[in-house]
Amino acid sequence: MSRYAATFERLNGDGAFGAFLMLGDPDLEISARLLDEVIAAGADMIEVGIPFSDPVADGPVIQAAAQRALAAGVRVGDCLDLIRALRRRNNDVPIGILTYANIVAARPDFIRDSAEAGADSLLIADVPALEAEPFTREMEQAGIEPVLIAAPNTPEATIQRIASLSKAYTYCVSRAGITGTHAAGKFDKGLIDRLEAAGAPPPVFGFGISKPDHVKAALATGAKGVISGSAIVDRVSRGRSAKELVGLLKSATFNDKVRNDSRAQRLNRPY
Amino acid sequence: MHLTGRFGRFGGCYVPEILVPALEQLEAAFLDAQDDTAFATELNDLLANYAGRPTPLTKCRNLTGNIYLKREDLLHGGAHKTNQVLGQGLLAKRMGKARLIAETGAGQHGVATAIVGALLGFETVIYMGAEDVERQKLNVFRMELMGARVVPVTSGGQTLKDAINEALRDWAASFETTHYLLGTAAGPHPFPIMVREFQRIIGREARAQTQEQLGKLPDAVVACVGGGSNAIGLFADFIDDPVRLIGVEAAGKGLDGEEHGATLLRGTPGILHGAETYILQDSDGQIADTWSVSAGLDYPAVGPEHSHLRDSGRATYVGATDAEALAAFKLLAEKEGIICAFESAHALAHALELAEVEPDSAILVGLSGRGDKDVAQAQVLLA
Repeated sequence: MSRYAATFERLNGDGAFGAFLMLGDPDLEISARLLDEVIAAGADMIEVGIPFSDPVADGPVIQAAAQRALAAGVRVGDCLDLIRALRRRNNDVPIGILTYANIVAARPDFIRDSAEAGADSLLIADVPALEAEPFTREMEQAGIEPVLIAAPNTPEATIQRIASLSKAYTYCVSRAGITGTHAAGKFDKGLIDRLEAAGAPPPVFGFGISKPDHVKAALATGAKGVISGSAIVDRVSRGRSAKELVGLLKSATFNDKVRNDSRAQRLNRPY
Repeated sequence: MHLTGRFGRFGGCYVPEILVPALEQLEAAFLDAQDDTAFATELNDLLANYAGRPTPLTKCRNLTGNIYLKREDLLHGGAHKTNQVLGQGLLAKRMGKARLIAETGAGQHGVATAIVGALLGFETVIYMGAEDVERQKLNVFRMELMGARVVPVTSGGQTLKDAINEALRDWAASFETTHYLLGTAAGPHPFPIMVREFQRIIGREARAQTQEQLGKLPDAVVACVGGGSNAIGLFADFIDDPVRLIGVEAAGKGLDGEEHGATLLRGTPGILHGAETYILQDSDGQIADTWSVSAGLDYPAVGPEHSHLRDSGRATYVGATDAEALAAFKLLAEKEGIICAFESAHALAHALELAEVEPDSAILVGLSGRGDKDVAQAQVLLA
C-alpha cells in the first residue's frame, strides 16, 4: 500500500493535513529542521516545493520563498538530498513534490531521482491534464504517484482524464487565481462529488487554507484532506515557529461525527 | 483543443489547469472567426483604414546590394505589433470580455494594447517590469494617455519575463472577464499559431510586392527574433518557396559570454511561459538573465515555431551584437533617412553582411518598427 493510501486509512475519516514548505528556504539546514518541526506538530503529509525561478502559479509568499532558496545557492540536487534525508528519518509520512515543468524537463532523470530519494508523489504546477501523459507514464514506471489539479471550472472530460492519470490524491483548488492571496476560497462540493463519481484519487483542497474555519469548510464538502502552504511559509519566513499554526489547523481536521460514532459504538457494545 | 498546438516537438499548452478552459475558449473563438466574413471584413477595415495597411516595400537606394525593407515602421503605433492586437482585440469582443491585460518590455506591445483598448472600449492593464517603467517613461505616458493602467512588476528581475509571469497570475484569477493579449507568437497554445495568423499579412504583402517590384521572389528573407512574431509573420507565406529564411537574434555583448538574448543559438529545449521551446537556462532549469540593447529581443525563450524551424533546418538563425545593430541603425538613418527600431536594426545588420557577400541577391528585411522609442538611448550610445 502506498504511503498516501496508508495515511488516509490510518486517519479513518479524519481529514489529512498536508503542510507545504519550500525546500532550501531559507537555507538547507533550517529547511531540514522545519520539515521535522511540521511533522512533529501534526502534519500527516509533507508537500515540498523545489524552487523555480519563474513560478507562475504562485503568489508573493511562495515566490519569495523560492527566491530565498535560489539566492542561497540551493540546487535541485540539494532538494533531492533533503528529501532523501527526511525519508531516512521518517519512513511513514508521505512526501509530495510540487514544482514546475522546466525543473522536471531540465534534469534527465528528475522523476526517477525523485522516486529514489523517497518522494511519494509529484505535482507539476504548469502541466495540466492535457499535457500530463508523458510525465505520468514516466512516473508510473519510476514508482512515484502523479498528482493532478482539478478546479471548479474543470470540464467533465478533464475530470475523467484526471481520474485515469493520477494516483496519490487530487489537488483541488478552491478558487481561481494563484497560491496565497488572501481571497477566501469557495470549497466547491460539486467538484468533490464529480471527482468521486469519476473515481479520482482522494480530493484534497489547497489554496487559501490558513485558518481552522477554512479546514472545516473544506472538509465539509467531503474532501479527504487539506494542504496549507502560504500561511505556513509566511510564518516561518518571519522567523516564527510553524508549530502552533500546524497544530491548530490539524486539530480542525478531526471528524467529530466519525469519532463520536466510533465512541458510541464502543460504549454501546453489549456485554 | 481542436488543433495540436505543436510545431514538431515544440509548443503545447503548459499552464495551470485553471487556465485551460480559457485557452480552449480562445482557440474556439479563433477558429470560429476563421470562417466568419464579418470578422474578416471588420479586421481588414481596421488594418487598412485605421492602421494604414498595406505598408510599403522600400528598395534601399544607397545601401550596398539589393536590400528591400518591409516597412512595418510606418504602421499606426509604430511597429508590426498593431496587426495582431487588432485581431486579438476583436476576438476578445467576440468572447464578451471587458478587460485586456498584457505584458510589455520596452512598451511597444503595451502601447499597441492601449491603442486597441481605447479603440474597442476595454479596461486595459499593462504589466511592465519596474526597471522598464523607469527606463521607458515616455511609453508609460503614452499608454496612460490612451487610458491604460500600467502596473510596475517588482518580482524577479523586473523585466519582460517577469511581466509575463505577472500577467499570467492576473489571468489565472480574472479569465472570466479578461483576455490576456499576449504580445508575441510565443506562450501556450493557441497564442503562437493565432499570433502567426494575425501577423501573416506582413509576409503576404511583402511576397506580392517583391514579385511586383522585382518580377520574382527575394533570395533571402531576414527578420529579427525576440519572441518571434514579426519574423514568423514575415516568414509564413514564404515557407513553401525556395527562399532562404534567416532569423536574427540578439547577440548582445557577444555570444561567447552570457550577456545576450540568443535563445536559438545558445539555449536548450525546455518549458517556459506555456510552451516547450528553446530557452536560456542553467543545468537545473532555472531561467537565465538575458541582455540586449533592444528590449524587444531581451527575452530568454522564443516562439515554439521558430524552435521547430531551427531544428528542421527550414530557417537559419544568426546573431547580431549590440554594436552591429547600432552601426546598422546609424547607417540606415544616414544613407536612407529612416530611423528604425533597435530590434529591426539587428535584422538589417545581418542583411548588410549578406549583401557584402552576395551583392546580386535580393534581400527582404523586416523593418519591424520605427526608432522613436530608441532615439534617447541612441543619443547616449552613439555619443
